[in-house]
Amino acid sequence: MALDSAPVLEAKNISVEFGGLKAVDDVSFAIPDRSVVSLIGPNGAGKTTFFNVLTGLYKPTLGFVTYDNEDITGLVPHKIAERGVARTFQNIRLFGLMTAEENVMVAMHSHLKAGIIGTIVGTPKQRSEEREARAEAQALLNFVGIGKTAKEFARNLSYGDQRRLEVARALALRPKVLLLDEPTAGMNPQESAVFVDFVYKVRDEKNIAILLIEHDMSVVMKVSERITVLDRGTKIAEGSPAEIKSNPRVIEAYLGKSAEVH
Amino acid sequence: MAIIARKKSSKKQRAPFSQRTWSIGFFSLAVLIYIFYTYILPHTPDGFQSQIQTWFPPSALNEALVWVIAALGLNIVVGYAGLLDLGFVAFWAIGGYTAGWFMSGFFNQWNFHFGSESAKVIPGIHLSFWLVLVIGALICAFFGIVIGAPTLRLKSDYLAIVTLGFGEIIPQIFVNGENIHGFNLSNGTKGISPVDSIGIFGKRLGPFDLNYKYMIFVAMAAFMVFISLRLRSGRLGRAWLAIREDELAASMMGVPLMKTKLAAYAVGAISGGLAGVAYATHVNGIFAERFQFSISIILLAMVVLGGMGNVWGVMVGALLIAWVNSTGLPAFGNEINSTFHTNINFPSYTFLIFGALLILMMLFRREGILPESRLKLLMHENDDASGNEQPHDEISEEEDL
Repeated sequence: MALDSAPVLEAKNISVEFGGLKAVDDVSFAIPDRSVVSLIGPNGAGKTTFFNVLTGLYKPTLGFVTYDNEDITGLVPHKIAERGVARTFQNIRLFGLMTAEENVMVAMHSHLKAGIIGTIVGTPKQRSEEREARAEAQALLNFVGIGKTAKEFARNLSYGDQRRLEVARALALRPKVLLLDEPTAGMNPQESAVFVDFVYKVRDEKNIAILLIEHDMSVVMKVSERITVLDRGTKIAEGSPAEIKSNPRVIEAYLGKSAEVH
Repeated sequence: MAIIARKKSSKKQRAPFSQRTWSIGFFSLAVLIYIFYTYILPHTPDGFQSQIQTWFPPSALNEALVWVIAALGLNIVVGYAGLLDLGFVAFWAIGGYTAGWFMSGFFNQWNFHFGSESAKVIPGIHLSFWLVLVIGALICAFFGIVIGAPTLRLKSDYLAIVTLGFGEIIPQIFVNGENIHGFNLSNGTKGISPVDSIGIFGKRLGPFDLNYKYMIFVAMAAFMVFISLRLRSGRLGRAWLAIREDELAASMMGVPLMKTKLAAYAVGAISGGLAGVAYATHVNGIFAERFQFSISIILLAMVVLGGMGNVWGVMVGALLIAWVNSTGLPAFGNEINSTFHTNINFPSYTFLIFGALLILMMLFRREGILPESRLKLLMHENDDASGNEQPHDEISEEEDL
């Protein structure tokens, strides 16, 4: 358990309004370093909106986000990504007409230094940088288990491989936090089970914190060290999987008021 | 069935020729054409010579190369970064006027000579052609950034409209730039003429030294190809393609959108500037009314018809369309008219024919003459899928299990 470590990414009192509609209302949330935490909630609970605040896509109406004790609220997405907040997408958003290797190398953009002139001339520095980047991309593809597909176009990969490629691409940012938006969507139970082990492998070998948005409760309960539940934009519960399972407010949010639980 | 689908798709990915093969082919062809015009053609029968002069005059070849240079720049903006630019003529015009200003007697209030082979007694600013190329490129890059910075935040459709406006404004400034508070910027519709000839190795290229100009323009086109390919394979090229594919995902992967788009715009503008300078020396002058909206559209047609994103395709498209436009159609028209004793003005139907060509291309070969392998994949994906009952993704997954 890594829950007692200092938070690497922290959101404080975040509110997001869309023209009077409160999508997220005063939510505070911390991701401890090297932890695996989940964000769950019924449809429309504000999970993805909250996610988009963390990655800089939306500016929160109120509240702020800190990364490594540094205020990153309202920074443009690429600046936040550059610092080490990486994400995957609910509906896969790979660069379909680029190879798997190129996809990963795009995410290395902020680590690479070559400028226009350097690239045109092909300076020894630029060449060695490209070589290293390519090797790193291959290593990342091997790490997620799709090393053989390096030269294939992303859109030609199987669904499961595309999901893995998204993770490899996110890891190329050398992040400290990885945000996974419904990573098991479209996977069968077998694949989901494999995925749980994969999340821990990523956490342990890359030494990063992982935040999941997830619908599949069996995955959430297995994988999470801590779960936060959102409903209608507010945080209604937070705790270990066991605590969340027995929390009456959570059950109410998911199943409705009159439901009885045995 | 599954295996067939796999094989089909993997075959499509492989480019038929490597970039190296293409480059060698390009240079060999360029050299062969040079040898043909310089050494072989003068010794052929007169009838053949006049046929060549009608159908493939060297000056048309040179002009086509100017189009190639500009189209290669537009390819970076449209083909690589996926930004629709409808005002590329502006950069061409700015490049042309740079040559007009720095390579002629136009500013006769000053007398400055540097590296130019023109006679020292002629007043005006006379700089070396090579230096003017650099200046034209820099000025265009500057304007590319000035125009790009506020507009590249716009989504693609709006960007297209803004570039359209830019492409109209710049030529208008030159048309009306005769008296800007007493300063003559462009000589208005009279244009700036003559522009100095190119000086090379201490020699001045006269209006009939077309073969030297040919070599220079080939070198410039090769330079643009080189830049395109180098940038495409590097960090910036990947970022451009990523933006073309999915802007949001690219920004989430640490690609700075504005900076990357501006770089595409600036590099594209540079080639527009180079083309402008080359064009001014090609026609020995610069005339405002030539910079019409149609140039932007023709350039776009060259990129799309040739094969967006593939420099060789764009080159073939540019050569073909430029030839049809300048020589092919008039020559064809004359042939028809003299054979059938008709009197049809074929060049006036240029746009009708272009339009028809574009429609036919889009119907039967959307990806262009020589498409980039990845675009070909996209365009024909549906053809593949229709042959199988199952979508591709599932097939591959089954195979993996």
